[in-house]
Order: sequence, then C-alpha cells, then structure tokens
Amino acid sequence: MKLKELHALMQDIAPFRRAKTELEQYPTGPHLASRLLFTVDNSYDEFAGRTVADLGCGTAMLSIGAALLGARHVVGVDIDPDALEVAAENIQEIDLVLADVRALPLTQPLLQARADTVIMNPPFGTKQKGVDMAFLAAAFSVSLHTVYSLHKSSTRDFIAKTAKRDLGAASAEVLAQLRYDLPATMKFHKHKSVDIEVDLWRF
Amino acid sequence: MKLLTHNMLSCHIKNVRNGYPFLIEVVKVSEHEADFDPGKLLVRAANHFLKHIFPRINWPAFLQGAQSLGCREGLPEEAAESMLEDEGFLKRFHHALLEVFLEEGSLVCPETGRKFPVTKGIPNMLLNEDEC
Repeated sequence: MKLKELHALMQDIAPFRRAKTELEQYPTGPHLASRLLFTVDNSYDEFAGRTVADLGCGTAMLSIGAALLGARHVVGVDIDPDALEVAAENIQEIDLVLADVRALPLTQPLLQARADTVIMNPPFGTKQKGVDMAFLAAAFSVSLHTVYSLHKSSTRDFIAKTAKRDLGAASAEVLAQLRYDLPATMKFHKHKSVDIEVDLWRF
Repeated sequence: MKLLTHNMLSCHIKNVRNGYPFLIEVVKVSEHEADFDPGKLLVRAANHFLKHIFPRINWPAFLQGAQSLGCREGLPEEAAESMLEDEGFLKRFHHALLEVFLEEGSLVCPETGRKFPVTKGIPNMLLNEDEC
C-alpha cells in the first residue's frame, strides 16, 4: 500500500470526543500515524499476517492502521472506556480490552499466544512520571518479536539506556524523528498548536 | 471478543496462580465473516496466518472457549500440526478462532470466580484496588 492511500483511509477515523488531561490523551492524527505505520511496514514488514497489540490504543488509530496494512489479529488495550467506545465505532474487526496497561492481563508467562508486534503511542509521562517506561515494560512482556513506540526526543538517551539495562531489550534503535503537531486539545495549552519532537523507536 | 484474544488473556488479580483460561459465560454471541472464502486470493493469506498462529494456541483453552460459544463442533480433542493440511479443519479452526464473537457475557476467573463483564464485545479487565 502507498503512503497516500493509507493516509486517505485513515482520514475518517474519529478522534477523542474530549481528550483527558490526566491520561495524556494526545490524539495521534492520521498524518503522523500513517507516516509512522508506513515507515514500519516499508522497512520491516511486521504487520501483514501478524498478531499486533496496541497498548494505550485510545480511539484505535494505530490499531486500524495496522489492520489496514494486513495484520490478521489486532488487540487494542486502553484504560478509558470512553475512548474504547469511539474505537469500537471506528472499527469492528479489532478486539478491544478495557484494562490498565501497567497491570496487563496478557502478560502471564505461561501464555504462548502473545503478539508478534506491539505498536504504541504511550503517554509521555509528563503527567504521571514513569508511565512511559511502565508501558514499555508491558510492551516487552506482550511482544514476541518487536516493539514500536513513540517517545519524546528529549528522553532519547534515557530510553536507550533504560530499555537495555532495566527492561532487557536486546536492541534499541530510533527509526525516525517525527514532529508531533499537537493542536490545542487540552485546556492548559495556551498556544494554538505546539510542535513536539518525537522518536519512533524499534526495540 | 474473539477466541484468539480469549486465548491470550489470563486473570491478573494479585496472588492468583491458576487464572487461565477464563471460563466464559455467554449472554450473546455474534458471527462475522473474516476473509476466508476459497477461490479468492485472501484464502492463502488466511491459511498462512492459521499456520503461523497454530503452534501458539493453547488448545484445551481454545476448545473450552469454543464449547462455550457454540462453535466446538468438528474441532478435534487433540491438536497436531498435520491437521493444518486439511482444508476442512482449517475452515473450522478459522471460524472458531476469528469469526465468532462474544458480544455480551463474562470472563470468569477459574480460581476465584471473579467475573469480568464483557459489554459490546469489550471485556472490562480493570481491577479493584484490593485486587492489584
């Protein structure tokens, strides 16, 4: 699939009705999401024919993108029932689970049917310190192969070190730097739109 | 929720040792077709996926789930790789794994009996404070 097609297909995916500050619900727009997914698909082909988990899926933008790129089974997990309600309206084919990613029911070691690939845009940890790393830890326990995750570029060194040293990642690589065009979705944003630099990681 | 997802879930309440697999209480089941139509190109991709996922399926848990959702018929007691060459088996496996949905009901922890409600196909796995 071409980037243009993917972008066009993702245009109509509904965003959060009202973003929740405490959950850092920054919407992943179709522009960012399609580029991110396209980069992964193009370089590594790790969606087609795979099982994919999207942790902190929100309205399931990344889940839907993974399904469009040929993932055969996608599970989206989020703690917010309102976001999942929108996600369910967006797509029927993916399975949604209402759960706290930091205490995930998918992680028991006896389970073999884990996901091939995890893709996620976790909270950056600006509201709740450490939540980004808790998501990463959960992702590593769910994924059989690869984890793709977005993190603030300003945390790059920390993530590289922590992923390998504390979370047991075999490798950690920044695939791309993207500009997160954050419209003023939350009350406390004074400026009309804020750009944040984020890294797309592959673990 | 599909049975493939059910196969991935276990009860995560603190101190639960045997929280797998969840028992299923059914209120409503639905079926949707998922790209398995012989004669079309998609069938090859679907078959490929079934072979890919088969070794990872916990078969007894899958059978138990299929029994609850009413799609157990024609699925053998024991699973073997050789069955993947049988078109009839692939069809039934595909159907039960990916096309039958638990819409309304509960997932029940086999150890504690704690019920996790499933509403509009979404299991609510959130724990109470004393369960974390």
